[in-house]
Amino acid sequence: MLRTTSTLVVAGAACALASWLFASSQFFALQASLVGVAVILAVSLNLINGITGQFSIGHGGFMGVGAYVGVVTSSLLTQFQLLPGAPQVVSDQLVLLIALATGGLAAGTMGFLVGLPSLRLKGDYLAIVTLGFGEIIRVAIQNTKEIASDELKLVQAQGIGAELAYRVTHLGRATGLSQIPQLTSFGMVWFWVFVVVMVTRRILGSPHGRALLAIREDEVAAEAMGVDTTGYKVRAFAVASFFAGVAGALFAHFQAIITPAQFDFVKSTEIVVFIVAGGLGSTSGAVVSAMALTLLPEVMRSLFGGFNVEQIRKPLFGLLLVVIMLTRPQGLFGTHELWDLGKRKKRPA
Amino acid sequence: MPETLGTREVKPPLLGVSGVEVRYGAIQALRGVSLSVGQGDVVALIGANGAGKTSTLRAVSGMLKPTAGTVQLAGQDITGQPAHTLVGKGMAHAPEGRGIFPNLTVLENLELGAYLRSDKAGIAQDLERMYGFFPVLRERQAQLAGTLSGGEQQMLAISRALMSRPKLLLLDEPSLGLAPQVTQTIFRILREVNAQGVSILLVEQNAHLALGLAHWAYVLETGAIVMEGTGQALLASDDVRKAYLGE
Ligand SMILES: Nc1ncnc2c1ncn2[C@@H]1O[C@H](COP(=O)(O)OP(=O)(O)OP(=O)(O)O)[C@@H](O)[C@H]1O
Ligand SMILES: [Mg+2]
Repeated sequence: MLRTTSTLVVAGAACALASWLFASSQFFALQASLVGVAVILAVSLNLINGITGQFSIGHGGFMGVGAYVGVVTSSLLTQFQLLPGAPQVVSDQLVLLIALATGGLAAGTMGFLVGLPSLRLKGDYLAIVTLGFGEIIRVAIQNTKEIASDELKLVQAQGIGAELAYRVTHLGRATGLSQIPQLTSFGMVWFWVFVVVMVTRRILGSPHGRALLAIREDEVAAEAMGVDTTGYKVRAFAVASFFAGVAGALFAHFQAIITPAQFDFVKSTEIVVFIVAGGLGSTSGAVVSAMALTLLPEVMRSLFGGFNVEQIRKPLFGLLLVVIMLTRPQGLFGTHELWDLGKRKKRPA
Repeated sequence: MPETLGTREVKPPLLGVSGVEVRYGAIQALRGVSLSVGQGDVVALIGANGAGKTSTLRAVSGMLKPTAGTVQLAGQDITGQPAHTLVGKGMAHAPEGRGIFPNLTVLENLELGAYLRSDKAGIAQDLERMYGFFPVLRERQAQLAGTLSGGEQQMLAISRALMSRPKLLLLDEPSLGLAPQVTQTIFRILREVNAQGVSILLVEQNAHLALGLAHWAYVLETGAIVMEGTGQALLASDDVRKAYLGE
């Protein structure tokens, strides 16, 4: 516990230092944040699809839940003086942390509710249900109302309860929410990258990790060993959804604008491509591939110039997936980990 | 009532199955199966393909819920309880088709067999016991289980089941697809395991081997038990010889 705490403190300090050093380069900070969010999404989805052997294609939806809940939280909290007398940065970061927590918990709870019925069944139900879930979230947001500033003022006068009710029903339809306070530094993003990687490694190194791997390998046999397969699948799913929610809340608070389209099926597929390319089951693979694939369109743009990054991303990823499946179906890393390189080879490539 | 051959030695009951029915949609696989395993017994269940042997084991081990009937383990009703909760109650199931974890090593497979146990010393001791039964597993302990031969995988499946220190071991066709010599080895070990106090409920196509080992045996036909008796008596029965021993 002490070791965990001190590692977290050191990682946090390193991320804060890096944020401060590179704060002057907005381009760098934005790219670093985007890459970090992609890594959190990939590493957490890998916990479900790679390590536990289930198949979710709705991670974007859970990211969206985290983003919207996080923004509602922060927009409520920024009006209050949480720490009287403390500097603005400190209270901003406190607001952000609370927004990340609520966003993550909301997504995690959703994950639990979605996972419980669908993971009790063996087979591909999860894929279908998560696909549907992502769409439901998108459609639900599109059917809320837009915030009108005069209306908001009236509601605010009626107290925080009324404002909360107003905000959750006014998520800005397809145009989304804008002017979100940019509270996220890329150091904060990378701090969460560190947390999700560490949590995954901890789980894998424990008896729980064994149970998850056993489920991936053979669910019936895992059950016969005494593994509560449904319980483990649901918990892994909820933990992964929590991190997707945190990623969404982080994203919202540096992107400043969120729309439902950012968390749609295309987003979910993108995250699946990250982990398939990196090697299902490999955390290092998820990290490396999420970084490379997020930067690749940007690099291509600066090399060849001219085109829109968003437009190039879809065909590029589609092509990449086909090439990987044909040439290296196990992905870049297979199930190997960077930190196991020195050790004796145990798993097949 | 099924025909009974020979007399059964009275032992304290360990497993009691009574009137169990199992359906797969419209198909009724079991039509009221009743059987029992006494403490220290080896009980065999023989029958043709599709008779319902695997379904019986699944109903016992909680892999599927019977639509009627009860299952009792050591006097406790366990009908329809999920499989993972029965391991802690002393039941181990080596499912049909072995069901080893192919991308985990032999050692990791064995450790997963002891998943619910926390007594490190006892686990280490049992690991040695398994390596004693099947020395080839020790040589292969760092190898991926999926790369083992069929016979070695069966040895692993049985050892892994034993790693939970069960009172009752359920085995589904341990001889399936194995060379006679390997089958001999496995049955020799099963006899030894039984002598060490583990009761066994054994499903086998190879009726000769199964009846040779069993204290008591049941013959299953299209979802119902049609005959029971001592292993020796069934081996001597003309009906059984004709139907299951190919004579
Ligand atoms: N999952 C399933 N869905 C539908 N029918 C099934 C299922 N499993 C078994 N059955 C049917 O139930 C009956 C009994 O099957 P079971 O597997 O118990 O037989 P078995 O005695 O173990 O046969 P074998 O010796 O071939 O392993 C068969 O008619 C089979 O077709
Ligand atoms: Mg069978």
